Amino acid sequence: MPLLNMVQAINLALNEEMERDDRVVLLGEDVGRDGGVFRITEGLLERFGSERLIDTPLSESAIVGAAIGMAVYGLRPIAEIQFMGFLYAAFDQLFTHAARLRSRSRSRYTCPLVVRTPYGGGIKAPEMHEESTEAFFCHMPGVKVVVPSGPYTAKGLLTAAIRDPDPVLFLEPTRLYRLIREEVPAGDYIVPLGRAQVVREGDDVTLIAWGSMLEWVLKAVGEYSAEVIDLLTLNPFDAETVLASVRKTGRVVIVHEAVKSCGFGAEIAATIAEEAILHLRGPILRVTAPDVTVPLAKLLDHYLPSAERIRAALDEVLQY
Amino acid sequence: MPEDIISTYAVKRLHILDESGIVDDALMPAVTESDIRRMYELMVLARTFDERALALQREGRLGTYPPIMGQEAAQVGSAFALHPTDWVIPSFREMAVHFTLGYPIHLMLQYWGGDERGQRTPDNLNILPICVSVGTHIPHAVGVAMAAKYRRDPVAVVAYFGDGATSKGEFHEGFNMAGLFRLPVVFICQNNQWAISIPVQGQTASATLAQKAFAYGFEGVQVDGNDVFAVYRAASEALDKARSGGGPTFIECLTYRMADHTTSDDASRYRSPEEVASWRGKDPILRLERFMASRGLMSDEYARDVKQRAADTIDEAVRAEEAAPPPTAADMFDHACATLGQRQAAQRKEL
Ligand SMILES: Cc1ncc(C[n+]2csc(CCOP(=O)(O)OP(=O)(O)O)c2C)c(N)n1
Repeated sequence: MPLLNMVQAINLALNEEMERDDRVVLLGEDVGRDGGVFRITEGLLERFGSERLIDTPLSESAIVGAAIGMAVYGLRPIAEIQFMGFLYAAFDQLFTHAARLRSRSRSRYTCPLVVRTPYGGGIKAPEMHEESTEAFFCHMPGVKVVVPSGPYTAKGLLTAAIRDPDPVLFLEPTRLYRLIREEVPAGDYIVPLGRAQVVREGDDVTLIAWGSMLEWVLKAVGEYSAEVIDLLTLNPFDAETVLASVRKTGRVVIVHEAVKSCGFGAEIAATIAEEAILHLRGPILRVTAPDVTVPLAKLLDHYLPSAERIRAALDEVLQY
Repeated sequence: MPEDIISTYAVKRLHILDESGIVDDALMPAVTESDIRRMYELMVLARTFDERALALQREGRLGTYPPIMGQEAAQVGSAFALHPTDWVIPSFREMAVHFTLGYPIHLMLQYWGGDERGQRTPDNLNILPICVSVGTHIPHAVGVAMAAKYRRDPVAVVAYFGDGATSKGEFHEGFNMAGLFRLPVVFICQNNQWAISIPVQGQTASATLAQKAFAYGFEGVQVDGNDVFAVYRAASEALDKARSGGGPTFIECLTYRMADHTTSDDASRYRSPEEVASWRGKDPILRLERFMASRGLMSDEYARDVKQRAADTIDEAVRAEEAAPPPTAADMFDHACATLGQRQAAQRKEL
């Protein structure tokens, strides 16, 4: 099996799905001739032509809005937004239209589209290029929010997202694009949406993370008997897997790179408090970015959670 | 019954200084010899900055950087027409506008080096922070102009942006409001032909960008953006009109991005060496040099001196930038809001 990085894995998923289903079309800025600013769509224009690989004007709202129209008409559009920081321009389209089309039309019209965007920090890029505001989008019933954590899950989840009958926001952790290589099979496999994975078993504490934080968490856990859960889908999130682990370990640390207040960790913590409070042997701790705007490169290391901060949280809850 | 033609619009293109350095005297704006020298020196300064910034980026001393090479006339020519009390709402590729207005060069280096302290505009200038999100700052210029009009301040407001920005909703919403309220705002588009890999023909089916203004009820003009006199003249007229209550103007500067989009881009993937070469002959600095030579304003010694002074100025700025103490984690909080919330205050102590 070939060892692929996440860029190659996503490219493979796009190739296979476009091959399998001619309703799948891709649109976005620089996705065609340039192969996308991260080279995710490299080679697709040559293979599928400019009717299926559409270089659009610089119009995020129109990209997502047009994808909605295409989806309504029976296509399976995949819209690429160059960075998560530029997805806000299309927020209205996602929230007001994509998320609600099914319910507003009583399922007469549906919206099977995927919006892909690089997300998250750690690449020392300019402003607006390191955003991690997944929680905004989890507050939208009707849109699934998916975050792969490596090449294998990226391919399997993206395939599932493209085949999903409803809108999916697919957030690609930029820092991981070329960081990790994994065995990624060609051909049909999916990683189902809405299900978390226990990536490491342990007894003393449950660590919950997603996206690029997972890599930090796995580095941090070392000798701890920590169970590590990779959430993979944030909305709807797999509460069962989380709760089963918490009932076993009795301790929880949630790690995310988004700011703390109203981050998605709050939703997980609240769910644990509602469903499993009597199993807890310590407070639910969160290791997150502070409540400030993502800084530029010089302060980024202070902003993002580090292995050190994760270990400090583990020690705190274990000694509670 | 015949269909009536109820309106037609003509889009004008202004050029004054041609590629061989000859000017149309009838169109030449009122500039003194010392103005011309100053324009030239600023353009050389901007290019020297650009070259140094690219070198620093390659050495890992600067972050991602968007070069301005080729766009010096559009930037210096337009900024030269501004008054110190005017407002500038920039995009991210207007370093020469900043320098023309006196923005400290070491601060610009600091910003592109990943340190927000470089975005603190000196108190004597009215320049909003660099806007990386394409086109989303256009309505801010409209708002500043609304406020200036409300206060009856005789200032003009300039928004700078690229051709790609004209596809954004904010461009259209901002233009619409500016026209509707006849605001003292000048929109300056540096049409450098490319928005990363998408050429302007992939951005719009309009023959010009300038014509878009007519749909919103004000004038759009195209100027040769590599001709510093044409840009200066168009900008001066538009700014005077704005300050005297005549409403907005849109200026499309036809220019070219000679280098990659940014240091993370490889323009050879999407454009031909022939195209780039064809624009080399239109270099705005070369053109001005030829004109100055024809007027006895140029000598080898002067040109060498200007380059040397520019290099020294940039050296000094690099030293100042690199001598600045690094920011501390507390800096992230100090400008988050006027008063930190309890949680933020606690986080500030922890980090
Ligand atoms: C809203 C938004 N979408 C996408 C991007 C990514 N991006 C940065 S610059 C750019 C092209 C901008 O082209 P143009 O407006 O012509 O300005 P130029 O870079 O040519 O100066 C793109 C797509 C962005 N910064 N902001």
